[in-house]
Amino acid sequence: MSAVVGTVTGERVAAGRLGESALRPDGIAKVQGSFQFSGDLSADGFLWGATLRSPHPYARIVRIDVSGAWKVNGVEAVITADDVPGVPTYGLIDQDQPVFASEFVRFVGEPVAAVAANHPDTCRRALEAIVVEYEVLEPLIDPERAIDGSHPPIHPAGNVFRHQRIVRGDQALQGAVVVEGTYELGMQDQAFLGLEAALAVPDPGGAGIELHVATQWLHEDRKQIAACLGLDDEKVRLVLGGVGGAFGAREDISLQVHTCLLALRTSRPVRMAYRRHESFLGHVHRHPCRIWMRHHADADGRLLRVEARFVFDGGAYASTSSAVLVNGITHAQGPYHCDNATVDGWAVRTNNLPCGAMRGFGVVQACFAHEAQMDKLAAAVGVEPLEIRLRNAMRTGDRLITGQVVESVAPVERLIRELAEMPLPTEPVGGHDLDPMRLPGGAGRTADVGDVVRGIGWAVSIKNLMYSEGFDDYSTARVRLADGVATVKFATAEVGQGFVTLAGQIARTVLGVDDVVLDRIDTQVGSAGSTSASRQTWMSGGAVDGACRLVRERLFEHVAAQHDLDAVQLAIDGTDVIDTVGTLRIPVAEATAGLVIDETFEHHHRPTEDLDENGQGNCHTAFAFAAHRAVVDVDPVLGLVKVVQVATVQDVGRALNPLSVTGQIEGGIAQGVGLAVMEEIIQVGGHVKNASFTDYLLPTFLDMPDVVIGLVEEPEPQAPLGAKGVGEPPTVSSTPAVVAAIRDAIGKDLVRVPVRPTDIVFG
Amino acid sequence: MSDPGNLVYTLHVNGAAREVRDAWVGESLLYVLRERLGLMGSKGACEQGECGSCSVLVDGNLVCSCLVLAAGAVGQEIVTIEGISPGAPSDVQQAFVDAGAVQCGFCTPGLVMAAHSLLERSPEPSELEIREELSGNICRCTGYGRIIDAVQRVAVARRGDA
Repeated sequence: MSAVVGTVTGERVAAGRLGESALRPDGIAKVQGSFQFSGDLSADGFLWGATLRSPHPYARIVRIDVSGAWKVNGVEAVITADDVPGVPTYGLIDQDQPVFASEFVRFVGEPVAAVAANHPDTCRRALEAIVVEYEVLEPLIDPERAIDGSHPPIHPAGNVFRHQRIVRGDQALQGAVVVEGTYELGMQDQAFLGLEAALAVPDPGGAGIELHVATQWLHEDRKQIAACLGLDDEKVRLVLGGVGGAFGAREDISLQVHTCLLALRTSRPVRMAYRRHESFLGHVHRHPCRIWMRHHADADGRLLRVEARFVFDGGAYASTSSAVLVNGITHAQGPYHCDNATVDGWAVRTNNLPCGAMRGFGVVQACFAHEAQMDKLAAAVGVEPLEIRLRNAMRTGDRLITGQVVESVAPVERLIRELAEMPLPTEPVGGHDLDPMRLPGGAGRTADVGDVVRGIGWAVSIKNLMYSEGFDDYSTARVRLADGVATVKFATAEVGQGFVTLAGQIARTVLGVDDVVLDRIDTQVGSAGSTSASRQTWMSGGAVDGACRLVRERLFEHVAAQHDLDAVQLAIDGTDVIDTVGTLRIPVAEATAGLVIDETFEHHHRPTEDLDENGQGNCHTAFAFAAHRAVVDVDPVLGLVKVVQVATVQDVGRALNPLSVTGQIEGGIAQGVGLAVMEEIIQVGGHVKNASFTDYLLPTFLDMPDVVIGLVEEPEPQAPLGAKGVGEPPTVSSTPAVVAAIRDAIGKDLVRVPVRPTDIVFG
Repeated sequence: MSDPGNLVYTLHVNGAAREVRDAWVGESLLYVLRERLGLMGSKGACEQGECGSCSVLVDGNLVCSCLVLAAGAVGQEIVTIEGISPGAPSDVQQAFVDAGAVQCGFCTPGLVMAAHSLLERSPEPSELEIREELSGNICRCTGYGRIIDAVQRVAVARRGDA
């Protein structure tokens, strides 16, 4: 078997305990360029793999002729749907997506065939030599046609992924004040920097395979891959290749099955690596969404009833659309008290790009709409935006429109009050030095200071944490203590968020050791669930904490037996075991000499329930809250926007690593700002027009505003470490805050993100 | 042409002469550094010069190695992330770690190259200058705040050392 170069193992964790800004254990490797991302992995005698993709949004495959590819010198394998030995389809919730299209292609970019060859350029030429004859069909582009049934089914499972209503309370109730609007969000790309890449190494004789891959959830990948390969799960071993960002886009299968199939077919290691254009087609995106809302309030602006209709365009395959839908509709009220609701939600299939998870997962869409509505309500009642939010602020013990009681810490009022106290930018439009780089349009020197108007906007959010609707998304950790060194093993995907830092902090704190070694992240331990839904600090943190506590109990039993003490009176103090009622104090390293303690722990959150037909049920686990204020400068003539500052106060439970929390908040806001003013995958008739970093705009250093951060630390009783996930809330309410600020600047009713220059000038 | 190629040439990388064999003339400097010379520290994320992940120094100039043909870089001094500070991390590299400027780390080698280049040319850059000079490097994780802090830390420390 070939030697695999570059798996991450035996990483020593830098010092730091819970609550400290411990530094990343992989930091030095990353700044020196020696950290191995999945695309950097290689093996002796490897081949390159590449994928042929559909050029049509919807077509019938008449004929595939791969003979031309075989004539290209250097080609070792050519495979199509006929070469999938196991289940021909995969998917996170419904297995409706073909490994390779056979009868129909349903989106531009759908895989049709794959090749393995000796050079990426050989692969390219081989793909060009494959002839696919298509009968082009009329694509389903408009989600409303999926709902009204006017387009024939484009998939045997039909054109509707899920329809869910929420019906609560008085359905006829009309408020003294009524505000209404229709809102729209474009398709956002996660745009992680580290492109999809994997290395598959087959076992001798093809009995099994080892796949090194950048993913968010090793065990779920394994389940889907093994089914498609027709192998037992244990014959498929996954190892986490270094992950260059994820943000939801690595939750679904992309190149995993293809890479394994090529490796098994050729009996050689195979590397696959997408390029940027292919990446835009090859992973799921944030759902475009159209939302109508009507809010009813009393004369003082107290919310009485929310009506809403959500239409999520899920694209060609199911992915997580049904869960995104439920997240969206169950957050329709926002972080506000509301007793009555009438919500209609659809997630539908079209021939657009498939959509699934992205940071915020359905709640980004809901928040953009409900926060625009709250500003409308404030205007209708004649109070300030913050006042309307204070009057309606959700509290612990309030019920959601699903009937679920919010048991989480819910410091909404405190977030708003503390946000109001955050400092505003001290510099005027253009800055004291009037450097044109500070103006909307920047180096283009298009805006004159005198034309630029400043605006301020606010938004507040509620976001569920962990998975919902009865799913037990547990996490597993194994901790081994020997000679004063703790070795921690988990399958938690480190995608950049810093769980590897946190795991060491937990072990040092609970076990009183300085030395923590992180074992390789792979499937040789139980599942950790997905690195998504802001859940790993809570879930995998809980698993590492639980395993450490089991080890500590055994350590105390050992010390108690040796010193004739009662184990319950022992404690860890720094790096010592101490007797809390006596004088014993011995270093953990000394107490564990010659001893090996090895424990595994699974952390499960409390069970959740499905929604009933009226959308009622305790479907969520817990909630986190955030508030954002944006300051923008706008050139209303040219439609240019400069986001000057975003201030935020976030409910974090407990900041286990303040530097990591800062990084999550700043990075999340960057993605929220991107959605607000620039990021959108443009599709025309199902064809993607901007699948590159030249045309899909991402915030740069110059686009990113100053960020001012306040944390509310009220430890969450349900959470094993008191900490809530912090990754998603910054992305949820930063977008509506920026748009509210633009509205404030120019006085227009902007209803769509990203806000385009034409919306500002002509909207 | 169906073979990868049969070009032979020598590149000067990180102070050493490195022979490239069996290459195809169309290969970018990024591809040759990574796949033929095993220098995996330079990253490819857009391959059209938009993201800066592949930044290296060619004759002292910061360039995107994805946009340079490797065969065209013969006779020029190439410095990659592996050569910026062999062994112990540079002050810039250490500051990136200490300031929390690293998350997934994919953009990091390119940003370290860009930050070194900036501080060589402008030892005490203003915040706006940092933003403008580094705006050719995209980071999707951090929102840039901690990276700016890292660069400022180095500028302050170097001033103190001078």
